[in-house]
Amino acid sequence: MKEVIHTPVPYIEEEEYHINMGPQHPSTHGVLRLVVTLQGEIVKKLKPHCGYIHRGIEKMCEKDTYPQIIHLTDRMDYLSAHINNHAVCLLVENALQVEVPERVKYIRTIIDELTRIQSHQLWWACYGMDLGGLTCFFYGLRDREKILDIFEQSFGSRLLHSYYAPGGLMMDIHPDFQKNVKAFIKYFRKKIKDYDRILTGNVIMQERTRGIGILTRDNAISYAVTGPSGRASGFSCDVRKHYPYACYDKVDFKEILYTEGDTLHRYFARMEEMRESMKIIEQLIDNIPAGDYSAKMKAVLKLPAGEYYQRVETARGELGVYCISDGNKTPFRMKFRSPNFSNLGVLDSISRDTKIADLVAIGASLDFVIPDIDR
Amino acid sequence: MNSFFKYFTDIYSGVKSLLTGMSVTGKYFFSPGQIVTEQYPENRKKLLMQERFKGEVIMPHDQNNQHRCTGCGICETNCPNGSIEVISNRIDSGDGKKVRIIDKHIYHLSMCTFCGLCIKTCPSDALAWGQQFEHAVFDRAKLTKTLNKPGSSILKGIE
Amino acid sequence: MAFSIYDFTSFNQAIDKALYNALPPVWALIVEMTIIGLVFLLFYALVGLFLVYAERKVCAFMQNRVGPNRVGPYGIFQTIADFIKLLMKELITIKNSDKLLFNLAPFIVIIASFMAIAAIPFGKGLHAIDFDIGILYVIAVSSLGVVGILLAGWSSNNKYSLIGAMRSGAQIVSYELSVGLSLLTIIILAGTMQFSQIVEGQATGWFIFKGHIPAFIAFVMFLIASTAETNRGPFDLAEAESELTAGFHTEYSGIKFAFFFLAEYMNMFIVASIAATVFLGGWMPFHVGGWSGFNHIMDFIPPFIWYLGKTAFVIFLMMWFKWTFPRLRIDQLLNLEWKYLLPINLVNILVMAFIVLMGWHF
Repeated sequence: MKEVIHTPVPYIEEEEYHINMGPQHPSTHGVLRLVVTLQGEIVKKLKPHCGYIHRGIEKMCEKDTYPQIIHLTDRMDYLSAHINNHAVCLLVENALQVEVPERVKYIRTIIDELTRIQSHQLWWACYGMDLGGLTCFFYGLRDREKILDIFEQSFGSRLLHSYYAPGGLMMDIHPDFQKNVKAFIKYFRKKIKDYDRILTGNVIMQERTRGIGILTRDNAISYAVTGPSGRASGFSCDVRKHYPYACYDKVDFKEILYTEGDTLHRYFARMEEMRESMKIIEQLIDNIPAGDYSAKMKAVLKLPAGEYYQRVETARGELGVYCISDGNKTPFRMKFRSPNFSNLGVLDSISRDTKIADLVAIGASLDFVIPDIDR
Repeated sequence: MNSFFKYFTDIYSGVKSLLTGMSVTGKYFFSPGQIVTEQYPENRKKLLMQERFKGEVIMPHDQNNQHRCTGCGICETNCPNGSIEVISNRIDSGDGKKVRIIDKHIYHLSMCTFCGLCIKTCPSDALAWGQQFEHAVFDRAKLTKTLNKPGSSILKGIE
Repeated sequence: MAFSIYDFTSFNQAIDKALYNALPPVWALIVEMTIIGLVFLLFYALVGLFLVYAERKVCAFMQNRVGPNRVGPYGIFQTIADFIKLLMKELITIKNSDKLLFNLAPFIVIIASFMAIAAIPFGKGLHAIDFDIGILYVIAVSSLGVVGILLAGWSSNNKYSLIGAMRSGAQIVSYELSVGLSLLTIIILAGTMQFSQIVEGQATGWFIFKGHIPAFIAFVMFLIASTAETNRGPFDLAEAESELTAGFHTEYSGIKFAFFFLAEYMNMFIVASIAATVFLGGWMPFHVGGWSGFNHIMDFIPPFIWYLGKTAFVIFLMMWFKWTFPRLRIDQLLNLEWKYLLPINLVNILVMAFIVLMGWHF
């Protein structure tokens, strides 16, 4: 006899039915499962089920030394791999009170912003694809390749770099790095106009997303929706502005804020962020000071016993790393506050009474990376 | 009356935005020179490989079949996944002292996450990144490699 | 007539006469029908295979890609390879599906598109049937396909399929109107519904030029509405892969899926050939009044090439739409029809009737 496993089914009204979006579905971008309660085509309730790609990264951190933890953070939000690395590096450096060379700070800021641009490019590509414009997908990926080429030249890999190390960098940047980044900025300033022409101005896209999935400022704060999604609702939450790290206090950039909080303005917020990131890179790229690419670090890093917290701004919002150390070379407990997990929580409340096509658009505008939700 | 005009301006601006979008795709359609596709197996010969590309971990040998690995095992302790096993022997060095030499430096490519800690921490620069990236094999056992070549010895002057 | 060298009427009549002389009338009819059926089947398969390849190449170039390039030179045999693969795939039977309807649906879809092709004139004298009411017949038959889509969605026992089928139903019901009305505009101008007469009427100039602005508006309306009717382009709500995985044909595999796939492309071909015939002069060469030398050169290009060229142009336009625009939502789709296309079409018919009444057309 086969044993039948009954999964609990949420309560439904008459004339309502469930649909399982995911874990295998083209528009959930991974293995997110949304149990959607529909009435006709109208979304009545929505229940996200996480955990399909849970790998226990927090637990694995407890057996790894601090330099080894870096490569695990790559695999949480793989689209902002460098920024995740940055969080752990900053945490260790602040705990050990190591002064990082200026050169490292400049390089880290530039690479963080490049990471943000490539993440937003992929988001733009997928956003277009989710709305049905498949051509956007290829344009976005085409331009993202340029950044990945720069990454490959300097760090040897295209997606999971493990380039930052506590105290500095694994190796120095490639001699052609500055030249290539400048060439890319020039190239992308031209191409982002195509993005606007093909999708931003498009009447179908604007009508589909305007006024859909409105997230109010109060809701954004109470659900802790950070990143461009939160800033589109008027929640000023940019860690780079409020708690500057690396070189962000030296550069001049704008925090993109909108008050509407609908899908269209989440789109605008990310598009504007790409432009702001390019501005930041342009301010820094010519002024990278000469110097060492890493501070002198001990062979075995032991954090003094205590609790540490460090936050950075990833492409999707605020990443917090919380660490309890008992003085050993491995942390006693590591906890990541991942931006996607908090952003996922708001999906139910903002997508109620919209159509199933809107749910896809809202999901795309919140920009989920599923391995970051599950960790 | 206002809404009457809005009806037509809506149509005008809508059609205009659609035509703008079509001009972009049309522009790319008529300029095939901008195609970015890499035709992989054909361009294998002239594939541009970056010298820092992380294909696999290798142990460079010179023309006398000599490497720089002392068998200290620092790479093994630094590897987060246990993908490196160092098996070393102790032999007499002639003057009565026991000297450690490497017997086998085993590298499990299937477990490697390419974090680069082994190469960064190696005190004698014995390991490096190889540019080989075509790792597909039919047998999983082939992914376990012995990095030091048979009959190789340590370069003189490396401690 | 200037283009009598390419006239197939006498050729067809000769075959017809020879058959009737050699065989009893019933057998002659059966042989004729078989020949026509075989020719159309071959044509159908060739056009389907070519269109799939063309679409993949066109979209690839628009997206800065190369497209299929492995099977044969420039990948021209790619669709044949795909077809063989689809033939060999397992036909998965779905638990709790309505077996009869599930198996019937792809045939309805493909038969509907196969029927419509009969009335289309490919050249002078090159058509299976020349109805008096050719346009009406094509409109009626081509909208039968939606029955197949509804059945496919209903019988699959899958919620995604059902949503897709229901969307498709709402879509076809509304967009049939616009297709009909925009063709009606030209019928007013041409004064006939017979395809051969419509094409003859464009000997001195295509209707899109003859009918001034209203004819052009009707052409645009027809393009939009017919794109929606074929479930393509920005109106592919019935299959909307990012929302409904594959819509009504989610559960189909192998050759049954290939039928849906082929029918989609054939519908596109039929719609494009109607547009080419009604608006762009069908197989009629391009003539400019007064330039007799130029007109004479144009006459030497066979009508079949003219017809295929114009059809290919319309198909390219439809592909261009599809690979540029994001998809509409279902309520926007209906809004577009009832708030924009329908009123504009109605006014357009009035204007066209007025123009014809006053004799202002060329």
